[in-house]
Amino acid sequence: MDGALVQNQSYVLTVLTFFPLFGTFALLLLKGDDHVWIRRLTLITSIIEFILSLFLLRGFDLGNGSYQFEEFHNWIPSLQIHYHMGIDGISLFLVLLTTFLTPLAVLCSWKSIQTHVKEFFAMLLVLEMGMVGVFCSLDLFLFFLFWEVMLIPMYFLIGIWGHGRKIYAALKFILYTMLGSILMLVAILWLYRVAHTFDLPAIQFMLSHGQLSLPWSTELLMFLAFMLAFAIKVPLFPLHTWLPDAHTEAPTAGSVILAGVLLKMGTYGMLRFCLPLFPEAAHRAAPVIAVLAIIGIVYAALVAMIQHDLKRLVAYTSVSHLGFVVLGIFVFNPTAMEGAIYQMLNHGVSTGVLFLVCGMLYDRRHTYEIKEFGGLAKPMPILCAFFLFACLSSLALPMLNGFVGEFMILIGVFDAHHFAWATWAATGAILSAVYLLWAYQRVALEKITVEKNAALPDASTRERVILIVASVVILFMGIFSPLFTHRMDATTNALLQQMRATASYEARARQSHSLTPRVAARQQNAHELAMRSVSLERRAQP
Amino acid sequence: MFILNHLWVIIALPLAGSMLTLLAGRHWPKKAVNLSSVGFPVLAFASYCELVREFFALNPAAPVIKDYFTWMVAGNFRVDFALQVDQLTIVMLGVVTFVGMLIHIYSVGYMAHEDGYYRFFAEMNLFMFFMSTLVMSANLVLLFVGWEGVGLCSYLLISFFFTKKSAADAGKKAFITTRIGDWGFTIGILMTFWLFKAVDYQTIFAKVANMPVEGMHHWGALTVICLLLLAGAIGKSAQLPLYVWLPDAMEGPTPVSALIHAATMVTAGVYMVARMNPFFSHSPAAALTVAIIGAVTALYAATIALAQTDIKKVLAYSTISQLGYMFLACGVGAYAAGIFHLMTHAFFKALLFLAAGSVIHAMGGEQNMFNMGGLRKKIPWTYGTMLVATLAISGAPLFAGFFSKDQILFDAYAGINANFLLYGLGTLGALITACYMFRLIFLTFHGKPRFDEHRVHVHESPKVMVVPMVILAFLSIVGGWFVLPTYFGGKDSFQAFLEPVFAGSNALAQQMRPGYVEPPHSLEYEMAAIAVGVALLGFLIALYLYILKPNAAKKLATGMRPIYQLLLRKYYVDELYGAVVIGPLIWLSRNVLWKVIDVGLIDGSVNGLAFLSRRVGGGLRHMQGGNERSYATWVVIGAVAVTVFFVWMVR
Repeated sequence: MDGALVQNQSYVLTVLTFFPLFGTFALLLLKGDDHVWIRRLTLITSIIEFILSLFLLRGFDLGNGSYQFEEFHNWIPSLQIHYHMGIDGISLFLVLLTTFLTPLAVLCSWKSIQTHVKEFFAMLLVLEMGMVGVFCSLDLFLFFLFWEVMLIPMYFLIGIWGHGRKIYAALKFILYTMLGSILMLVAILWLYRVAHTFDLPAIQFMLSHGQLSLPWSTELLMFLAFMLAFAIKVPLFPLHTWLPDAHTEAPTAGSVILAGVLLKMGTYGMLRFCLPLFPEAAHRAAPVIAVLAIIGIVYAALVAMIQHDLKRLVAYTSVSHLGFVVLGIFVFNPTAMEGAIYQMLNHGVSTGVLFLVCGMLYDRRHTYEIKEFGGLAKPMPILCAFFLFACLSSLALPMLNGFVGEFMILIGVFDAHHFAWATWAATGAILSAVYLLWAYQRVALEKITVEKNAALPDASTRERVILIVASVVILFMGIFSPLFTHRMDATTNALLQQMRATASYEARARQSHSLTPRVAARQQNAHELAMRSVSLERRAQP
Repeated sequence: MFILNHLWVIIALPLAGSMLTLLAGRHWPKKAVNLSSVGFPVLAFASYCELVREFFALNPAAPVIKDYFTWMVAGNFRVDFALQVDQLTIVMLGVVTFVGMLIHIYSVGYMAHEDGYYRFFAEMNLFMFFMSTLVMSANLVLLFVGWEGVGLCSYLLISFFFTKKSAADAGKKAFITTRIGDWGFTIGILMTFWLFKAVDYQTIFAKVANMPVEGMHHWGALTVICLLLLAGAIGKSAQLPLYVWLPDAMEGPTPVSALIHAATMVTAGVYMVARMNPFFSHSPAAALTVAIIGAVTALYAATIALAQTDIKKVLAYSTISQLGYMFLACGVGAYAAGIFHLMTHAFFKALLFLAAGSVIHAMGGEQNMFNMGGLRKKIPWTYGTMLVATLAISGAPLFAGFFSKDQILFDAYAGINANFLLYGLGTLGALITACYMFRLIFLTFHGKPRFDEHRVHVHESPKVMVVPMVILAFLSIVGGWFVLPTYFGGKDSFQAFLEPVFAGSNALAQQMRPGYVEPPHSLEYEMAAIAVGVALLGFLIALYLYILKPNAAKKLATGMRPIYQLLLRKYYVDELYGAVVIGPLIWLSRNVLWKVIDVGLIDGSVNGLAFLSRRVGGGLRHMQGGNERSYATWVVIGAVAVTVFFVWMVR
């Protein structure tokens, strides 16, 4: 794990994380009623951010399974808190997903946000900073900081620019998430007491080399604390009820970001923390988590089917699809894991488009009630064609992105001998066809029942740009998946390898009672840390 | 060897046509749409012809495989976008490109006055792309791509007249019902990969060849895989119990019914079973299941066809029934006979649909046969071609259907896995087939007109529609002549051509039944005689009921009212599914899962917790009301509590 000792400092991730803040500051300089330039500036900022993030692809080393583009500075030395950034094959594409979806979110808010425009776009950029920061930070403290920072703009996005019971939804969102993050904070502090550092790669190194081993009860409790925070975020059944409310009441941009990126933080967190730090607990809890995930797949699909609010329907589909991702993570099989990572991206894009379409319908009719629509394919054929395309991607039609991820997950689950799980999860494919095609029929097909709908304008140029860009990505990801999965190979293999190493050391440590594990850990640990900080300080000096 | 080296051309052509028409067709005049959307299928057929020439010139022993790019790779799982050509592909691709091309030409006339002209052709071309991919794929997952893709096109084209609720419903029903079968198919693929760590035919067939044949009562992994794959085939090819979508699919424009729901897509299930023959031949239990489902469906659907009044519905049930024969053939190990029937069926059933479309066109949209009658003289070309197709499907000697159906029944009776019961079901089905087909002909073309002749101006269809029908009529006659020599002791050249694909399975079957001897040659004549006799009987019954004694049919219907109702209502299966599956599922989702569990239980407890904490907070607030006496009370209570605690600790 010498790769964790930073060889050459890179500043890419810092630039990438904090660049949106420049946009925010620039926005503050503008007049509040200069809506045109506020929008343009935000759009330009987010597009530049996206282009910047593309440079990550160029420099990314396919064969390297550990962290890349690392940056390491001492921040609060007395507490061993560092500013440590870095990405690997898991977070690389999540960063890209974030920077890709943000311009779309900006574009879709172009006309629909008319009050407090400046504040809205400023919030959006702060949110982007928080999201990129979460995916890039390798220090537990730093991670927690970004995790919390990100909540604030989201809270306001729902609470101020939402519709309907927006305050209730915003409060529910924040309370649910906070409940999880408080427990996670406790676990982080506890981990610090044991490991004497907040540095994730260092802890991973110690665990997988037998220099630190957690007693079983400690491991389990820590795992549960982390897991609860992430399971709420995903959300895993039965912790999902905040999601339909938050989505339904949020503005379109909020929903796109929420579904596209924020939910992925839950599954990202599982991959980043739960699996490598607590492998044995993860293994033992896997049956429970997988069963909950499968219940989520089926249950949420059935509940989605009978929704009469289009946006709530799409919200429930997220629960169902994320169930696949969690299932893919917790079978500890490389195929399923890469499928899960890929499915995170797929879900971000296709559900993003579904929410965008919902938003476009809302802009025209100011309602999400399905029965208010019907027959829309006549007045707006183009919009409905893209709607259908997004539905097909979401119901996993082969050659579109959703299929690749779902199929890899199923293959991996089955290959890991979990036959019943794969069988049950595969019913999700039937049910997704049921709810999506039924919804599509009620919205776009049949006769126009509400007279107003006959004269609705079809997609504008701005809307077409959004939809075309997203659809091209959907198709591209459905056909050229190896371009993505090749970059995940090394990381997933390293992760699974490391889990095995850690688990075997822990098993050994728990067998020998001559020395209590924690003491042994401390003794070895102190030495390692001393070595590490020396080498880092040396590098920090020019 | 250009096409053989560039197999992608055959699938790329219709895709290009589809994309071009979809993106630009809105702004084009009709002629340009015609040129692009008919031109590309014609080119595809031309390149198919070149492919056949090259294939015969090379005459490869093994399939020609072209690997284009890696589509999915993760862990030990890998799927390539790879196409292959072997004898089976040549036959299937011929049916797809040739019949497809004819139907595209026909559609130019048929769809001339419809809205969304360009959309129709874009989707038809897209269908050709996916169907060609399906039959040319070199692995199971790519097969699945084509499989789902044709399902999508079927969905789009059934609900082509999307403002009609029935059309939108039918499209959705078709997609979802086949998806239920695809659930099995998916798990079958997962299991195949789990067992062999590969999904490409070459590897898995090589590996399965070394495995022992599984017992009829001792199922192993292969039997399970076969049954799962069969579930997919049942959905796609509309067999019992998942056939319910196909009759409804007649909501689509008639060329769609002809191409997708008669000639090509619905035969994908048969193709898949034939393609996976090394698997099925290792599992007698699964093969028997295929045969039973096929035979039962053949008879079952035929009985329903007897009572239908809509001309297209009769043909739909007829298709289900004929597909049953193909499954029966594959189930008893006569794969070549099944594929043979698939091909002849594509000719005559496509023709039947095109002719029915021509009738509907002539009648100005009328589909109920009881409102037709006497059309024979007014639309002679349609009548002539439809009669040829009817003779073919009924099994009149020397017509295409005669040979293929005869072969299937022969193999069911005297083949290596013969089963007399299945043969009986098939023969009874053949009787009913002749009966309902001639009922259709008599009701439509014979007797007196039962419509207002002043209002409906019956007219023959334009040449662009008639010419494809005539070509198909020609093939419905000569399409079966490949096997003519067998009746004179010669060689079955169709079977011989497909031999490389099915050789392993045939050898295995011989091995399993060492005592099996080829039936004597005279049996061929006897069987043929029985088949013709049965068809003749069916014809006579129809003749008696609908021409000689026009009131007899009505009397029969009133006399056996319950049975007639049962058939007319299609055994109430749709109602049964609605009451047993769909209704309860929606009720459960709405009233239990959503309203009770989600909103009531989970959200209720969350909101309850919030409410509780507010109440507790409200209660605790009174503790700090600023009242000194109450503070003092709390101090005393606290002191007592601490003391008690310490005392208890010390003790």
